[in-house]
Amino acid sequence: MLGQGFVSAAAISATVLFILSLGGLSNQETAKRAVWYGIVGMAIAVIFTALGPGIDRYALMGAMVVVGAVIGWIVARRVGMTDMPQLVAALHSFVGLAAVFVALNADMERLRVLAARAAGESMDTFSAFAALVATKGPDEILFLQIEISLAIFIGAITFSGSVIAYGKLAGRVTAMPKQLPGGHVLNAVAAVASLALIVVYLVGGEFWVLLALSALALFIGYHLIMGIGGADMPVVVSMLNSYSGWTAAAIGFTLGNDLLIVTGALVGSSGAILSYIMCRAMNRKFINVILGGFGGATGPAQAIEGEQVGIDADGVAASLNEADSVVIVPGYGMAVAQAQQSVAELTRKLRDRGKNVRFAIHPVAGRLPGHMNVLLAEARVPYDIVLEMDEINEDFPRTDVVIVIGSNDIVNPAAQDDPNSPIAGMPVLEVWKAKQVFVSKRGQGTGYSGIENPLFFRENTRMFYGDAKKSVDALLPLLD
Amino acid sequence: MKIGAPKEVVAGEARVALTPESAVQLQKLGFDCLVETGAGMAAGFSDAAYAAAGVRVVDTAEALWREADVVVKVRGPEEDEARRLREGQTLISFFWPAQNPELLELCRSRGARVLAMDMVPRISRAQKMDALSSMANIAGYRAVIEAGNHFGRFFTGQITAAGKVPPARVLVVGAGVAGLAAIGTATSLGAITYAFDVRPEVAEQIESMGAEFVFLEFEEAQDGAATGGYAAPSSPEFREKQLARFREMAPEIDIVITTALIPGRDAPRLWLEDMVLAMKTGSVVVDLAAEKGGNCELTVADEKVVSENGVTIIGYTDFPSRMAAQSSTLYANNIRHMLSDLTPGRDGQVVHDMEDDVIRGSTVAFDGEITYPPPPPKVAAIAAAKPREKPKELTPEEKRAREREAFRKQSRNQITLLASGGALMLLLGQVAPPSFMAHFMVFALACFVGYQVIWNVSHSLHTPLMAVTNAISSIIVLGAILQIGSGNQIVVALAAISVLMATINIVGGFMVTRRMLAMFQKS
Repeated sequence: MLGQGFVSAAAISATVLFILSLGGLSNQETAKRAVWYGIVGMAIAVIFTALGPGIDRYALMGAMVVVGAVIGWIVARRVGMTDMPQLVAALHSFVGLAAVFVALNADMERLRVLAARAAGESMDTFSAFAALVATKGPDEILFLQIEISLAIFIGAITFSGSVIAYGKLAGRVTAMPKQLPGGHVLNAVAAVASLALIVVYLVGGEFWVLLALSALALFIGYHLIMGIGGADMPVVVSMLNSYSGWTAAAIGFTLGNDLLIVTGALVGSSGAILSYIMCRAMNRKFINVILGGFGGATGPAQAIEGEQVGIDADGVAASLNEADSVVIVPGYGMAVAQAQQSVAELTRKLRDRGKNVRFAIHPVAGRLPGHMNVLLAEARVPYDIVLEMDEINEDFPRTDVVIVIGSNDIVNPAAQDDPNSPIAGMPVLEVWKAKQVFVSKRGQGTGYSGIENPLFFRENTRMFYGDAKKSVDALLPLLD
Repeated sequence: MKIGAPKEVVAGEARVALTPESAVQLQKLGFDCLVETGAGMAAGFSDAAYAAAGVRVVDTAEALWREADVVVKVRGPEEDEARRLREGQTLISFFWPAQNPELLELCRSRGARVLAMDMVPRISRAQKMDALSSMANIAGYRAVIEAGNHFGRFFTGQITAAGKVPPARVLVVGAGVAGLAAIGTATSLGAITYAFDVRPEVAEQIESMGAEFVFLEFEEAQDGAATGGYAAPSSPEFREKQLARFREMAPEIDIVITTALIPGRDAPRLWLEDMVLAMKTGSVVVDLAAEKGGNCELTVADEKVVSENGVTIIGYTDFPSRMAAQSSTLYANNIRHMLSDLTPGRDGQVVHDMEDDVIRGSTVAFDGEITYPPPPPKVAAIAAAKPREKPKELTPEEKRAREREAFRKQSRNQITLLASGGALMLLLGQVAPPSFMAHFMVFALACFVGYQVIWNVSHSLHTPLMAVTNAISSIIVLGAILQIGSGNQIVVALAAISVLMATINIVGGFMVTRRMLAMFQKS
């Protein structure tokens, strides 16, 4: 059994390691080391806390750790890179649920201590967390209650929200925004009711109130995320990521553990910044995304003239054979069609012929921040030819051929040209400035935002209809 | 049905309306193809090449006109040819119905259906059969090549061991299809290219081709879109302004290519005699409007003349024919697209649908009626371009003032934020127990560190970032570990489940991050 000093020292080193771990993600090379910082930090934190004062039941703990580790290992080995968004969402739900359990536990311990105090029993019989509670004064107990209710509220929202996000991303729940009658009024009512329950709990301190609060928060999480469409999932997932951090921090306050607080705050701010980056990339307010729906159309959209002109694989291949510089713009459609390997093969072939091939990634392409990068990395596309929007937008006028694979709104010129468009002002990839644009698309439908894309009607655009993977595969043998 | 292409009868016309390549496509539409012997010779397509593509070679024009249900030609029919037309036969060629009313009347009286390739409406759907554009494209290219042929210097500027060569300066007047093609060719040869057009909305197209738009300060802007994408006659004041600008430029310009045409009128006179005289000896003017009287005052149609100060003025009208192989290929493709619209069933049967905008617009004679001029098309040509807003140039003082203002605003925001945050902390400190405040300070600092660190994370690593943060947010396992030793069985059970879930998360999160990061590789 180690003393409290050891545990605190361990906590400090774990904190430093976590910060280094996040900071190391600034580039691909240091990132490989950064993840080890994280692993070591976590190991130190867990081992030293477990060996610290007042910890018991090592057999049970060990069994759970082993079982959990095996499950986690198997899941991580098996998951495909296209399934990464749902995996992340599912993992978030675990954090949420664990937080709810830990908070409920804390309250049960509080009640036990208070009961014992009322009965005038000795405080020495308590073990573990109850022993800590036993040392607290009345005002500290009140703050404990506030922390518990916050942890439960955020944790439950994280849990049910992540479950729904998982369902949507895995295709088990409809990706369309869907709400119960009453819409956001219902959410508002539930939020007010939750606040009332928290007050009741602070005054009365009864356990059932917490259960009711959990139920209400579960409902809010469910209903909130159900109302958000599939393409806004990057924001949702980063928001849930942020919540899982805040809930850990709240638990840290409850338990008086600084390591939990620091780590939770790091994760919380990380998720918040990611959500902010995603929203900025769509030129929408966070509230607007979370409450669902595109607002802000101020008039009739500009009429689009012309027709979508189709092209076959021969035509695309002929242009590619003649092109010197090619930019590929992947979107969620590429992930759906699992076309990344074919796209990578295409890239390799074109690069072998000395052509300058690059990828342009819009911040909200895909269903997870950075989703496209991971898919391309999986298909062994070198990361130094995968560029961000700001890095490549200026190069489009000097590009011979742009291939748009399964993206729509992020290449919509209406965002710049049409002030009445619902996506007006959203930063987009200016692919239409290239000499020739090919759009690989399944059919003539509109994008997530439901608006027409004038790009498809431009004179230098040709539509390459069909499943993305099949289309790209058809191109491969035609390249000389 | 049979499609036949006779040999062009006009002297010097080298093009042909059917190529072996287009014949293959037409056969896919269910047609049989005929060609008069020697029709493609001047464009480089031998009878043998046609025969190899499955085209029957017919010996005389007469036999071809008799046999074919659809006759495709380049030039409009001569009188003899028109007399060969019969009822129900379809003729597709250039026609210029406004200039040839007698010919039109003759065709009508023969009961034939005539589709004029020059009447194809200028809408996006019809671009694939817009023969005027494809010919204009060739003319624009050829104009630069002809100019180069008579121009005694390089186009591109060079610094050689033997001395410095200045780049040629080319002015293109009229940025229609021909003008844009000329701009493209001239810039790719390395010349410094300027371009002028009365329609300000084409400025963007001009700049996209690499030329500099010659900007005229003029109040009353024209809306070129109202006239179907063609230029309209300009007001006298505008013309004066324009001529003054040209006069100013003339001494600097080595090559002028004029392409200005107004539908149904003589070409506007834009390059006057005094401008030619102001040009340097050895300069070249190519007038693509020569057929309509020319944009240059000294132009003689179909001829090359040299002015008294040694400026060559080229007034050829047969630029496309001078590149017969290329122009035949494109023209035959235009014809093929037209026929493909005429056979919706792809069964070799022509369905002359007079409800269709494109077909209706091109048809000038139909079953004994003259159907020219057509009603206006239902779709407008190009959307009117919005006038481009020029960002106002700021004076250095204004710029500095603005920067100072921004800095002040930023400072104000930060100070307000800090002050209100501080006040909030103070309030909290009044009610909260000291143990809470100690933790709260740690929390606030951690948020701050997180904020600073996360902004540096590369965008491409956002997914690994989420996986890592997810793994470390499972630090919540510590909470469960702290509670698992409790005396309450429910607490123990819940804590155990929490440990399980959090461990899945930790191991899963880190493993998957490692997998992802291992995939990122440099080329």
